Amino acid sequence: MNLTLKVWRQKNKKVNGKLETYQVAGISEDMSFLEMFDVLNERLVSEGTEPIAFDHDCREGICGMCSMYINGQPHGPLQGVTTCQLHMRSFKDGDTIVVEPWRAVAFPVIKDLVVDRSSFDRIIASGGFISVNTGNAQDGNSLPIPKDDADKAFMAAACIGCGACVSACKNASAMLFVSAKVSQLALLPQGQPERQDRAMKMVAQMDAEGFGTCTNTGACAAECPKEISLENIARLNREYLGASLGSTN
Amino acid sequence: MSNKLDAKIPEGPIADKWTKYRSTVPLVNPANKRSLEIIVVGTGLAGASAAATLAEMGYKVKAFCFQDSPRRAHSIAAQGGINAAKNYQNDGDSVYRLFYDTIKGGDYRSREGNVHRLAEVSGSIIDQCVAQGVPFAREYGGLLSNRSFGGTQVQRTFYAAGQTGQQLLLGAYSGLERQVGIGNVTMYTRHEMLDVVTIDGKARGIIAKNLVTGELERHFGHSVLLCTGGYGNVFYLSTNAMGSNVTAAWKAHKKGANFANPCYTQIHPTCIPVSGDHQSKLTLMSESLRNDGRIWVPKKQNDTRLGNDIPEEERDYYLERRYPAFGNLVPRDIASRAAKERCDAGYGVGASKMAVYLDYAYAIERYGKIEANKKNMHNASKEEISEMGKAVVKEKYGNLFDMYKQITGEDPYELPMRIYPAVHYTMGGLWVDYNLMTNVPGLYALGEANFSDHGANRLGASALMQGLADGYFVIPYTIGSYLSSEIRTKAISTDHPAFAEAEKAVRERINKLLNIKGKQSPESFHKRLGKIMWDKCGMARSEKGLKEAIAEIQALKNEFWSDVRILGDADEFNPELDKAGRVADFIELGELMCVDALNRNESCGGHFREEYQTEEGEALRDDENFMYVAAWEYEGESKWNLNPEPLIYENIKIAQRSYK
Repeated sequence: MNLTLKVWRQKNKKVNGKLETYQVAGISEDMSFLEMFDVLNERLVSEGTEPIAFDHDCREGICGMCSMYINGQPHGPLQGVTTCQLHMRSFKDGDTIVVEPWRAVAFPVIKDLVVDRSSFDRIIASGGFISVNTGNAQDGNSLPIPKDDADKAFMAAACIGCGACVSACKNASAMLFVSAKVSQLALLPQGQPERQDRAMKMVAQMDAEGFGTCTNTGACAAECPKEISLENIARLNREYLGASLGSTN
Repeated sequence: MSNKLDAKIPEGPIADKWTKYRSTVPLVNPANKRSLEIIVVGTGLAGASAAATLAEMGYKVKAFCFQDSPRRAHSIAAQGGINAAKNYQNDGDSVYRLFYDTIKGGDYRSREGNVHRLAEVSGSIIDQCVAQGVPFAREYGGLLSNRSFGGTQVQRTFYAAGQTGQQLLLGAYSGLERQVGIGNVTMYTRHEMLDVVTIDGKARGIIAKNLVTGELERHFGHSVLLCTGGYGNVFYLSTNAMGSNVTAAWKAHKKGANFANPCYTQIHPTCIPVSGDHQSKLTLMSESLRNDGRIWVPKKQNDTRLGNDIPEEERDYYLERRYPAFGNLVPRDIASRAAKERCDAGYGVGASKMAVYLDYAYAIERYGKIEANKKNMHNASKEEISEMGKAVVKEKYGNLFDMYKQITGEDPYELPMRIYPAVHYTMGGLWVDYNLMTNVPGLYALGEANFSDHGANRLGASALMQGLADGYFVIPYTIGSYLSSEIRTKAISTDHPAFAEAEKAVRERINKLLNIKGKQSPESFHKRLGKIMWDKCGMARSEKGLKEAIAEIQALKNEFWSDVRILGDADEFNPELDKAGRVADFIELGELMCVDALNRNESCGGHFREEYQTEEGEALRDDENFMYVAAWEYEGESKWNLNPEPLIYENIKIAQRSYK
């Protein structure tokens, strides 16, 4: 198939960027979206034009590195799929596809489609963990966990930290990301001792990083490639409120 | 046989070695730990667990990763599970059995001492991960669930759906970030190590490139830990992440560290087949799928019917036929070769004929019937059974099935999956002793980056076990034996001439790459290297092919250094430049892999030399001449010296591996 691509090009974070138009031909429907970019980049190199910088690594939907905003949707048109797992069979011959980087104050552009998401690491460093040193653990089966709780914790823990939720949100809020980690640990017995402290600290760090506030539009969950549920945000609100009032109930 | 390398395996009975050693290894007191600095390169399971644990102990740690966050390291993509000798299933598992299975699975080419230690600490890994909040799969009673993996007859694999690596890495990452928050670890993301700095023969730091600005940085450390993963991307197409590379390990090799068993490559039997020339990577379908899936090809050559149209009696379940004792759960090397054998003989399926079927129809029916019984539905219709069976399969393997459908456009709940072997893991790596130290004092290698525990073939669910064992439970003890003698070494200024020299060499190489201004992209060289490696140093190797490969790689290297084209500059974010440096290192490594494969005149595990096979086509070892670790010392361009380390089996009786 033949396509017209409009891609955000930006030399670095200090200069302004703009959309450039490229024609690509002979794209197979079995190619992934990123393989289509590989083909374009190879051509650009042969023409002496700098290739388009984009983040990618595992290319199997789990590392969370890829981050393209495709036709107004993070990770493109499919539900529950990252950019690297989006295949060209989702497009038609003759389509025009607009590709931009994640857009959020807390995710500054490094180059072209590459953004800086280190704010997410700082949020985790502020409290997204259980304070247990290596060697202190008791036997793994000493504390039974109801399957339902374990499954819910797992569903929250499936977050890949890609930032699509922030990118989808009109306020660039990181609530879905933060709530996924808070929920995972709040659902497990191991997470109880630091439960209140964790919610307070992670929310404070999220605010300090310049993410916006949540207005419950749900765009984050709709665009999340791992389908992290909005229930987690409700749980975070409950945790935060409980912590603010000094009670976990 | 010369014995230049001392593995430093402690004396004494196998079951006591580690306990005794751990209790007698010199310690560093807390005050001294605060003034000792450790550099950790790579933040996968080995690196993140080591960095977090060493920081908890009080050392000053600097950690580096090339990705934008330590959470993205490729351990994240491991699917199926992690082994541990817990015997929770009461099926006869024990530390000894895990030890034995691992040695046998590795085709008797790994060290007894290291492997026994790995089995001993395996249980503590599970405990540690549970305590961190890793949401492992559980049974209705609330206890941990297990499943089977290849090469074993017990259920000792712990898992979190098909995302076990993700959950374990996020656990280690949370421990690491906790230490970053406290200030015990300084984290450098989007940084790539480009050289090890040695002073008076000891590793004293690294030169790292800030990939965003292009700046070269000097970092001092009393010791340097390389946790940089494997080198499967030398084949271009593999299940590794696009960024996975050998550069850090290769730089260490060129600074004197021996590279051991480079030819031991694991080709994973169940991956989604190549669909065309555009293919940039291959996707694994977890080995756990062999728990319930059955592998088959048509009995008739060049059968063009669709899988579902081929009747039962015309199907050849070749693994069940050849290996009745282990069936579909034979080790990876054996399953891969068996698939290749069927396809080469003309029994392959799909458009390319380079694939076999992995079929879930039976599992869906079996699980469906169990569910029907549970629900007292004794007259359940075929459709009802199928629906209930699909729900069970979805819970166990849903994310894998979704991924298959997304990539191939086919629904694996309705049609058998098409699979073919692909490069997945490298057992070879930097040579290390029992302390995980390379032959360069102060320089360590952990996880897939070292060679030590898997011999010539790794069993499934053992990579996660080894990465976390090394980082959580081995290095925190063994590093004491070196650092206890370094407490008087003050931090060395990075103005030291050794740092200046190393930085200058790195800068010159970057400028050299940029100034070639040729015609071909780094990517195109990588593809060509991959093809040579796959064709001639892949699943089957021969003397003739390997000799040709060495000549072709040398020619490719010359062409690369005279015709590569890299756009952009050194002082900016430039992924093309970074890629070119990695490809250049892969080319050199590829040559060494072929040299090693040519030297090893036997077949063992993942190394299959066509000249050495039994009448049934199984790998034929030569224990008399090759029961050694081949550690290669770099002596200059295309020149290596072999330092063999003999393998001594005192506890396990070596035999021809049989899974029949």
